[in-house]
Amino acid sequence: MKPIRILIRSVSSAFKSVVRNLSLSIASISCIIITLILVAFAILLSANVNNFTKDIEGDLTVVVFVNKDATDENIEDLKKNIDVVPNIKEITYKSKDQMKEEMQKENEAFDKIMSEWKEGENPLQPCFIILVNDIESIGETANTIKNLEHVDIVKYGEGMVERLVSIFDIVKKVTIVAVVALVFVTAFLISNTIKITIYSRKNEIDIMRLVGTSNMVIKLPFLFEGLFLGILGSIIPVLVTIYGYVFFYDKMGGVLFTDIISLIEPYNFVFQISGALVIIGAIVGMYGSYKSVRKYLKI
Amino acid sequence: MSFIELQNVYKIYKNGVTAVADMNLKINKGDFVFVIGHTACGKSTLIKMLYREEKPTKGSVYVGGINVAKLKNSKVYKLRRKIGIVFQDYKLLPKLTAYENVAFVLQSYGYKESEIKPKVIEALSRVGLKEKLRSFPDEMSGGEQQRVCIARAIVNKPKVLVCDEPTGNLDPDTSKEIMNVLSNINKEMGTTIIMATHDRDIVNRMKKRVVVIKNGVLAGDYEKGSYKVDEAH
Ligand SMILES: Nc1ncnc2c1ncn2[C@@H]1O[C@H](COP(=O)(O)OP(=O)(O)OP(=O)(O)O)[C@@H](O)[C@H]1O
Ligand SMILES: [Mg+2]
Repeated sequence: MKPIRILIRSVSSAFKSVVRNLSLSIASISCIIITLILVAFAILLSANVNNFTKDIEGDLTVVVFVNKDATDENIEDLKKNIDVVPNIKEITYKSKDQMKEEMQKENEAFDKIMSEWKEGENPLQPCFIILVNDIESIGETANTIKNLEHVDIVKYGEGMVERLVSIFDIVKKVTIVAVVALVFVTAFLISNTIKITIYSRKNEIDIMRLVGTSNMVIKLPFLFEGLFLGILGSIIPVLVTIYGYVFFYDKMGGVLFTDIISLIEPYNFVFQISGALVIIGAIVGMYGSYKSVRKYLKI
Repeated sequence: MSFIELQNVYKIYKNGVTAVADMNLKINKGDFVFVIGHTACGKSTLIKMLYREEKPTKGSVYVGGINVAKLKNSKVYKLRRKIGIVFQDYKLLPKLTAYENVAFVLQSYGYKESEIKPKVIEALSRVGLKEKLRSFPDEMSGGEQQRVCIARAIVNKPKVLVCDEPTGNLDPDTSKEIMNVLSNINKEMGTTIIMATHDRDIVNRMKKRVVVIKNGVLAGDYEKGSYKVDEAH
């Protein structure tokens, strides 16, 4: 088969070229390695942040205690007012009696004390349990509610978790910017390597053109060379990802600082990321060589 | 229409030099034609237009019925597979042996190794280099290197062979040998040969058609060596 033979010859020519221009190849590969390790870090981080924000979002609630002297009508009004506050996902009302029941079920000591309360005697306050949509603006939401009529106390989430989430979010954004910048630097370096390969083989290319080699056959080895550089550059980041994340996960016992934040299980997570790294490396490599082939191999 | 035909061809380079002006020329299949003239008269330019290394500024250049002047860049390789080119400086790849330098062409076309081998051996035998398959260019004489270049040009059995001063770097005896090789190719394979040269002895001895160019213009066209060198100089 002609196309397959051409493909095999292109691949072997590309491979020889990587070896022939070893120092340049190593420079490009190093850059890909750094970029891909950062890419891996960014993916690991955002996947985990997304994962545990989702986890926490389910749990993180605003509890609104209603004034003791509020009438049923007042409570009805308050519910309507809370309803129009932005960022509210779900509102559940708990009357004094419901609170008492729940607390009694939860804890024996409470049960003992509360069962001694007389009929109608209940010092607990009724409350609303509110789920929010966006965890990052939970503070704002709580403040708005606090200013509503008949509201006594507003309590929400654990500040640490919230702050952690926003710190991770910043780290995630910075990493993504760095990755984008590095991807461009890498593509540039690869295209430079390919440019030099093209020049170093100018003689051969000129002769190929004169003897009627098709343009595709002339270009293919250079595209493969970029592809190789990309794939070779992804090997170390893949190993770092697999061993690094498994080690980190084990060391941390599957959680990050607190039991609330659980890490994503390493398998098959690390393999998915590895696949993504190889694909990104290949694409960046091909893109870099494509740029040079277009620019310096005008036919 | 003749096998090769130039119709009112002009070539004006970007720097304003008119290298070829209003040239009309017909060459039949199987002909052997010398193109001669003073230095810078436009011989190389004419040859380069045949294999579309240069595009005519005006006019048509037909090779095997195709107007090469109108050929898209992406299709030029198809033309070059039908034209063998022999260079004054051989243009061999120094790291490849004689065999590899010739085989390289067919490999790049995607031929099978088993198809390539007999074709390469045949081409190298035709130029008398069967014994030097494994020699590298720097292990061969100028004449031998030129033969490898010719073998490479004929390995795909082209209908036309264009040669730009193929003996320009060779001594008279070696030049004679090269001319014998070309003459045999013309006779045995029926290949049309167009050769630009400065070499008066060769032109006079071969008794072939002679096309004379003067300052880019066709100044004479002589059959069977009836040309006298003095007429051009
Ligand atoms: N690429 C180019 N750009 C501009 N001018 C050119 C180019 N190639 C050739 N010329 C000019 O065109 C004219 C014809 O050149 P050409 O090479 O065709 O001559 P020639 O007959 O082959 O000469 P020689 O016998 O020395 O090889 C010359 O004046 C030359 O300087
Ligand atoms: Mg010339």
